[in-house]
Amino acid sequence: MDEALKHELGRQGVIATTMQELYNWGRKSSLWPLNFGLACCAIEMIATTMARYDLARFGAEVFRASPRQADLMIVAGTITKKMAPQIVRLYNQMPEPKYVISMGACAISGGPFKQGYNVLKGIDRYIPVDIYIPGCPPRPEALLEGFIELQKKIDGQPLTGDDRPRHLNTVEPSEFPIPRFGSHDLEPSKNPDIWHPPLVNISLADNDDSGIA
Amino acid sequence: MTLESLKPEIEANVPGCRLEIIPNPSPSAQHSLLMDAEHALAIATFLRDAPHLRFDYCSNVTGIDWPASALAPGKAKETGDAMEEDVESAEAPDTGHLEVVYHLYSMELKHGPVILRMRTQDRATHVHLPSLISVWRSVDFQEREVFDLFGVLFDGHPDLRRILMWDEFTDFPMRRDYVEPDDYEYEPTAHGKVLLKTMQHHGGEA
Repeated sequence: MDEALKHELGRQGVIATTMQELYNWGRKSSLWPLNFGLACCAIEMIATTMARYDLARFGAEVFRASPRQADLMIVAGTITKKMAPQIVRLYNQMPEPKYVISMGACAISGGPFKQGYNVLKGIDRYIPVDIYIPGCPPRPEALLEGFIELQKKIDGQPLTGDDRPRHLNTVEPSEFPIPRFGSHDLEPSKNPDIWHPPLVNISLADNDDSGIA
Repeated sequence: MTLESLKPEIEANVPGCRLEIIPNPSPSAQHSLLMDAEHALAIATFLRDAPHLRFDYCSNVTGIDWPASALAPGKAKETGDAMEEDVESAEAPDTGHLEVVYHLYSMELKHGPVILRMRTQDRATHVHLPSLISVWRSVDFQEREVFDLFGVLFDGHPDLRRILMWDEFTDFPMRRDYVEPDDYEYEPTAHGKVLLKTMQHHGGEA
């Protein structure tokens, strides 16, 4: 429908909308995050919810302490390999539609602890991530922007067709395998169905260790 | 109070104990006292209870891995401890050893630290050391951590379980010969050792 016409109708007291707009508006306007934090990023997340930054303005006013009532998982902090199965389990327990924000360098890639023996190199090895927010830790403004970007993403999703969101596609899984504690590492160490490492061109040409081919 | 004056005193009060002062050549000059495992409990009890010492607080327990020189060539000359090791290896076959370090303070008399060390016989089977938990309660979690990361078995510890890694884990990640899992699929800014590991992961030669 033509935007100008819609606006004109609105001025006359007639609301014209579509099912898709209503549905997306409802989804994006009441994203309730799951109430948990893993490390220092969680402090920034808490600050974002407090009066100064006030995440409640965007519809995330309630942090739910139960995954059954949460729509959004903000993975805020370092994920140790000992914690990773519990994160995946919490994600599995959230009802659809559900979204994941990977907040901070650690949740994205392991961050400064990447080469450690006990840190998972990014939560996207086990669960699908919608928004990545870089930073160490990201400032509350960055989390707000990531949140708004997620809302934009939800707003643009068609309800039918090949581009429809994951939770409307019965073929797509809504739960993912929980890794087990192995004798050397988590088993499996990644979920190959959802995590595809980008190809990196690596060369040691001319004894250059910059990693640029 | 110096270790030089403390050592004969302990030897007089704990008969048969074998002590050795390990100098620290760095500017901190925090020398330490190597004690034998058999008398460690008696020495610790004496240090805690002697009225003019009263080391009532064990602030820190940590571990050190000294691999056999074959495992770490060229590492031997770095510190005073390593020089110490050279002397030993001349007599016995060099199997390396694990070392546990205790830092003691006295809250009552406001002095410290005194640094104690103990060594295991080797790194594979003879990794038992006496737990000092009956002397200082504060070593509980820290000895568990040393067990978890280095594999030192503390005899007499009431709850010697892994504390940081999961129970099913079988390695000791702070040992120098620890082999980490090969998860170098994606290293966007690889350099140095990480670059070599990434190349090995992707089948290239390092």
